[in-house]
Amino acid sequence: MIDVLYFAWVRERVGLPREQIQTDARTVADLVEELRAREERYDVAFSDLSALRVAIDQELTDFTAPLAGAREVAFFPPMTGG
Amino acid sequence: MNVRVQREGFDPGAELSVFAQGRRDVGGVVSFTGVVRDEAGTLDRMEIEHYPGMTQSAITAMVEQATRRWSLVDCLVIHRHGALRPGDQIMMVATAAAHRVAAFEAAEFLMDFLKSRAPFWKKEFSSDGSEWVASKLEDEDALTRWAE
Repeated sequence: MIDVLYFAWVRERVGLPREQIQTDARTVADLVEELRAREERYDVAFSDLSALRVAIDQELTDFTAPLAGAREVAFFPPMTGG
Repeated sequence: MNVRVQREGFDPGAELSVFAQGRRDVGGVVSFTGVVRDEAGTLDRMEIEHYPGMTQSAITAMVEQATRRWSLVDCLVIHRHGALRPGDQIMMVATAAAHRVAAFEAAEFLMDFLKSRAPFWKKEFSSDGSEWVASKLEDEDALTRWAE
């Protein structure tokens, strides 16, 4: 089981802030494909990966990153702090 | 070194008056305060969402990097989340170093990284509705000047 978190408009489009997912996905990109195949709201949220960022266990990474050993994956738009 | 992620407001003057106090090796202190701006005159409030598990550690890593690179004597970062009104302080950075160039550069470095690498997302609520603030390409470009 892996915790998947969504922030900002990704959270709004998916319709929830976090969920637990049972997955055999090898990489973040594989997980995204799995999610997109589930329901339209995921397909809409993940339609443009260039508009998204991902963190594994609270560290920024990229969509090719392996999921082995990951406990938490977070998806969000580019950050707007400061 | 002091990193605070908080919902409450803060007093930049009060923060600055105790920052790096009592240190005899500081030649300069630089500070920056970010404020909620109402450009169109229609902004009711801004809501800042963050990633609680990541925010503190991501900012701390930036501060540690800046401290090493510019030999900072002290560093303070405060960043708020939650609902903010025009004119409210959003965040503050203060740096103390032996020399002013180091203090200025470290503060700019931290501002650039907070802008596009700290997990905050701003949503503006105005009389016309609500909208997520989009990141700017120039903010991403600003990071390249700090490549070592």
